[in-house]
Formats: sequence, C-alpha cells, structure tokens
Amino acid sequence: MSFFLRTFQLGLKSLLLHPMRSLLTVLGIFIGVASVIWLLAIGEGISQEAQRQIEGLGADNIIVRSVSPPAEVMAAFSGPVPYGIKRSELATLEQIPTVKSALPIREVRRTFTFDGNDLDGRLVGCTPEYFTVTRLELERGRLLTEADNNNAQNYCVIGSGAAEELFPLTDPLGQRVYLLDSKDYYQVVGVLKYRNPTAAIGGSLEAQDFKNDVYIPIRTLRQRTGDFIYTRRGSTRTVEIIELNQVTLRVQDVDSVKVTADVVRMSLGVREPEKAHVVDSDGSEGGETKVTNVAANASLPPPRLDVAVIVPEELLEQARVTRMMFMVFMGLIAAISLLVGGIGIMNIMLATVTERTREIGIRRALGATRSHIIMQFLVETVSLSVVGGLTGILVGLLCPAVIVGLRYLMNTFAPELMANLPDVVQRIQPQIVLLSLPLAFFISVMVGVVFGIYPAFRAAKMDPIEALRHE
Amino acid sequence: MTEYAARLKDIRKDYVLKSETVRALRGASFDVPTGDYVAIMGPSGSGKSTLLNLLGCLDKPTSGEFFLGDDDVARMTDDQLAYIRASRIGFVFQSYNLIQQYTVLENIEVPLLYQGKLSSEGRRRCRELAELVGLGERLGHRPSQLSGGQQQRVAIARSLVNNPYFILADEATGNLDSVTSEEILTLFQQLNNEGRTIIMVTHEDDVAAHAKRIIRLRDGVVQSDQPTVNRILCRPRSPIAASGELRAASSGEVHAA
Repeated sequence: MSFFLRTFQLGLKSLLLHPMRSLLTVLGIFIGVASVIWLLAIGEGISQEAQRQIEGLGADNIIVRSVSPPAEVMAAFSGPVPYGIKRSELATLEQIPTVKSALPIREVRRTFTFDGNDLDGRLVGCTPEYFTVTRLELERGRLLTEADNNNAQNYCVIGSGAAEELFPLTDPLGQRVYLLDSKDYYQVVGVLKYRNPTAAIGGSLEAQDFKNDVYIPIRTLRQRTGDFIYTRRGSTRTVEIIELNQVTLRVQDVDSVKVTADVVRMSLGVREPEKAHVVDSDGSEGGETKVTNVAANASLPPPRLDVAVIVPEELLEQARVTRMMFMVFMGLIAAISLLVGGIGIMNIMLATVTERTREIGIRRALGATRSHIIMQFLVETVSLSVVGGLTGILVGLLCPAVIVGLRYLMNTFAPELMANLPDVVQRIQPQIVLLSLPLAFFISVMVGVVFGIYPAFRAAKMDPIEALRHE
Repeated sequence: MTEYAARLKDIRKDYVLKSETVRALRGASFDVPTGDYVAIMGPSGSGKSTLLNLLGCLDKPTSGEFFLGDDDVARMTDDQLAYIRASRIGFVFQSYNLIQQYTVLENIEVPLLYQGKLSSEGRRRCRELAELVGLGERLGHRPSQLSGGQQQRVAIARSLVNNPYFILADEATGNLDSVTSEEILTLFQQLNNEGRTIIMVTHEDDVAAHAKRIIRLRDGVVQSDQPTVNRILCRPRSPIAASGELRAASSGEVHAA
C-alpha cells in the first residue's frame, strides 16, 4: 500500500514536472470523456422529450388523421374534393374487436369573440371521452357530457389561453363566446388547465398547442357546420369537404396495439410508411404522378394519401432507434477521441520511459522487481488519464448549463438562424445520466491501463546493468 | 549475520556476442568475511565490471558458486535477486545515482520501499542514517540542491538502510575532488570500524590503500589477493576478521609491507 501511495505521489510529481506536456497529453482523454457524458446527457434529453410527447398521445392509442392530399393530386380536380376519414369508416373501425372505443373529432379554425376581444383558435368538436384520452384537465366548471353531445347543446369548454385572451376581466363560466364565421354563440361551461403543447411527430401529426382551443360536442359542430368547411382568412377563402379530422382509437391493451394498427391500416387502405415508400420507388416509370404509377401496379391497390395512421407505440420504437443511432454516432466520435488520446498518452509514456532509463536502472539495482517497475509506470499513466477523465467529467457536468446558455445566445443574437433549426434542437433539455459519471471514470482508467501497458513493459524489460550505464 | 558476507567459487561468466563468446570471468574465487574491507582492482578488460555486477546480484554467473550469506545466489530467479538486492546489498555508485524527483529522506527510503518495509520505524531509521552521514539538516532537499560529496553521503546512507551483508562501492570517489574523496573514505573507514563489510571497486591505488585487503584481477582471474598495510598495522577488530587474516597468512599470500 505504501508502495502504491508513493508511486502515485511520484506519478503526480512527474506530471507537474512538465505541466504543459501533461496538459496536452490529457487533452484527448479530456475531450473523449467529456463527449461521453455530453452524448449520454443529450441523448437522454432527446429521448425523454420524445417519450413525453409520445406518451402524451397514449401508448395504447392509435390515431387516425385526415391529411389534405398532396397538391399534385388536388390539381387534377377542380373545386373542393372530399377527403379524409368517413363516418362509415369510423363505424368500421369501431367493429374491430380489440378496439375499446373510437373517438371522432372535427377541428375547424375559427375566430372567437367576446366583448371586443378576438382570438384565432381551433374549434374542436369532440366526445366527452376525448378529454381523458388527451389528458386535458379541468380547471373550473365541468366538462362536456354525453347528454350535451346527444342533444347537440351549444356548450363549450375553453382552453386556458382562450380564457385569458377572451375573458381578461370576467369570469368565463356562463358567458357566451361568439363565432364570427358561423355567426353563433356557445356558452362556456368549463375552463381547462394549462397543458404543455406537443411537438409535431412524424410529419403527419402537427404540433398542437391546446391553450387556444374551444371544445364543443361533435354533434353540435356537425349540425352547425356540416361537412363543408368554409374558412375565410382575410381575402382568401378555402373550402374543404371533410367528415372527420381525427379518430382516436383506444385499444384494449398495449400488446394488441401493433396487430390492431395493421388491421386499421388494412381496412382504411393505408400502407405502413416503409411499404408505401417501396411501392413509390418501384412504380416510378416515366414522369407520371405517384398515384397513377402505383395504380398501374396491378398487384397492389393504390395507397390512400388522405389518411394517416399514427401509432405512438411505433413512434416510441422509432424514437428509440433514432436515439440509438445518435448514441452510436456520438459514441464513435468519443471512441476516436479516446483512441487518439490514448495513443498520445502512450507516446508520451514511451518518451518518459526512455528519458528515465537511468532512474529505472537505479530502482532495479536497489531492489525493484519487474512488476514494481510495471506498476510504477502504469500508475503514472493511469494518473495522467484519470486527471484527464476527472476534468472531462467536470466539463461534462456543465453540459446542461452550456446548452441553455448557447441557446440563449443564439436566441439573442441570431434569432432567424435559431428559428430555422429543428424543433428538437430548440427544445432539447440535456439530462446528465448519473451512470455516465462512473462510466467515464472507468473509461479513463481503462485507457490509462490499456495504453500504459506497453510502455510499462518496455521499462520493465530493460536490463538493469544497461540502464544504469545509460546517460 | 553469517561468518562470510560473500563466497565466490570458480565463478565464470561468458558473454555471447554474435558468433563470438567473450569470457569475462574465467574462474574467479575468493571469500569476503563479514567485517572485511576489500578493494577490487584491475585494468580495464580484467573482468572488474562483470565481477561487480555479479557481486551486486545484477547478473548471474554462467557457472560457479556464489553464496551471499548462506544463500546460493547463482541459481535465483530475477525476482528473488531483486529481493536480495533490496535486503542484503548496499550500493554506492560513482555517479551517486539518486532519484532526482525524491528528497534526501525519500531517496534513503527506496530500498525499504521495495522490500515492503516502509514503516514509521523505517522512516526513523532513515532519519538517523541521514544524521550519521551528516545530512540531518537537509532531509527535504533534492539531489540537485546538494554538492557531489553530499549526494554521495546520501547514497551511503541509502546503502546502509537495509543493514546489508556488504556495501558495494563502485568507484565511489571517482567523481569527487581529493578533499571530499578523503571525507568519503573516512566515512567508509568509520563504517568498517563499526563492523560493516565493504567491497570497493577502484582503479586508484591510494583509494585502494584504505582497504584492508586488495584483490587484483587480470584476464578474468584473481591475480593476487593481499592484505594491505592497514591489515597488518590495525589490530583486528573481530575474531572473524582475525580468522580471515590468519587464513590469508597461511595461504602464503601475505607480503610484508
């Protein structure tokens, strides 16, 4: 033990003898270890964010959404084209044995007015169950009921943002919100709590900001609006024909989600994204549009482009895969850095061994065995790499602070650039993985051992007589 | 302590260089009784350095017997030899060979470190030895802050720390001026008077004259093995030393000074 302590002491001494050299030597390890911690923290941050979003959709849910078909398809028709999920299809989906319930919703963009306050927001027609599934919690008043829906009542529940904007001074409960576009009134029966907005997922589900929503019974919406949605935005007017915007299917348990998703896709004629992609590339002959191409392929029916099936369970898996790829990529960088750092350390240690040949001779003459010499140089190499590792850990711990600071700087000095960055980058919140600290320490020790062994053996292999004669 | 610090019998050492075999030692035999003070002399190429390496257990003979105390060193493994060096031999080199990063005290401790006997007891002993060689005030100094004579004193203190069977001094005064050399030789004399065995390799006659006995090597064999004036004039301090003298005398090698 005393030998080990003394050796460690000497190792530190010889480190401090050449501070600059030691600094440069440990730089590689330092970067490698810091990046290990950073990559784990960022990966964890991304995955937690994705997980939160996806779990917000509910792992045992399948979401079927109407999406407006690509412009190239629409261009072939004149005037508004009906698209999206049909009510008849909703009935079919409800028949699937593993589906507990199917919740249809309609959404329309509307301008709400109360007492001179205007607010652009979503008018959502839904069933009472929707609030539970979407995790919308009640702040005051009551939610919509089955009876409200059956009787197509003019009741509405409003989001927290809508409550603030429309009713800055009054109690919203019992007041009536006026809709400019359809010229009708809805009585507020409940106000919702604030809910974190969700980011866009997988291209087919837009980002949702729940705070400016106004919820009414879906039957009421249908009676008031019909399937023609006539939207006026300034001078432009758009007409859409759509029966249902979204159907949330509640599956009886998580295990049957995948099977159910396949059945849903089949019954709606939607292909899984990968399969659709394959068909696209296979069928592209000549300069015709995709749809006709695929239709030309006799063995496969044309995929539906106006409906998207979103399976949070699958998205979770995708998120895991993405995270894995990110980790592998960053891990590779860290590994390269550690390798380079390790080689640097080995290089320096080889030089040190040569430089200290005489000292090795003296030690051997005074009774050091070969293993003593190996130990001595290993301890020195490990001290070097551990110093690099510890500073790397310290800097690694700064990761969240640095990211937040960097984002603040970007927002202040280059807002446009920042706005163009992907959503993930803007929202990422790195989470230090506790396990990464001992891991990083272990890695730095291992680098020291692995790259220290060769120089140490070279030192031990020296003939003491030769070494003593060395000048 | 045993009767003999070292006994060599028909020691041979060959070095194989490419196709050629260099026979550095060709059957050297002599004994070193405990308490003796031997100077080994010889021109270059006489096998002096080889003998020194063998005596210091840094190398093993090709054939022959080499007993250090009661142990046959010639047949030991590398690690065993290292332990023998740490526990039974005290080295003093021409160029001091102190470890530059260590302080005086730490340098003296080194052999104890490798014996695994570094204790507060051992540290106290190191401090006493530093005082013995007159460096009690400089325990925290580094070798670079000391003069050559002082460095050699540290080396001597270091060689004593493990209570060696003998001190092996290799041209210990070679790098020192005459005054300092005299001081170091006086120190050796004093240690020998206290009963320490000293084997000294030198090529200077006046240095060798401090010893009790001079072994001259030539072409790998012992050319002569004679007591010096000191042996004749000094009264033997121990019965063992006396027996050594008697043996030397009986073998007819005593030359009247």
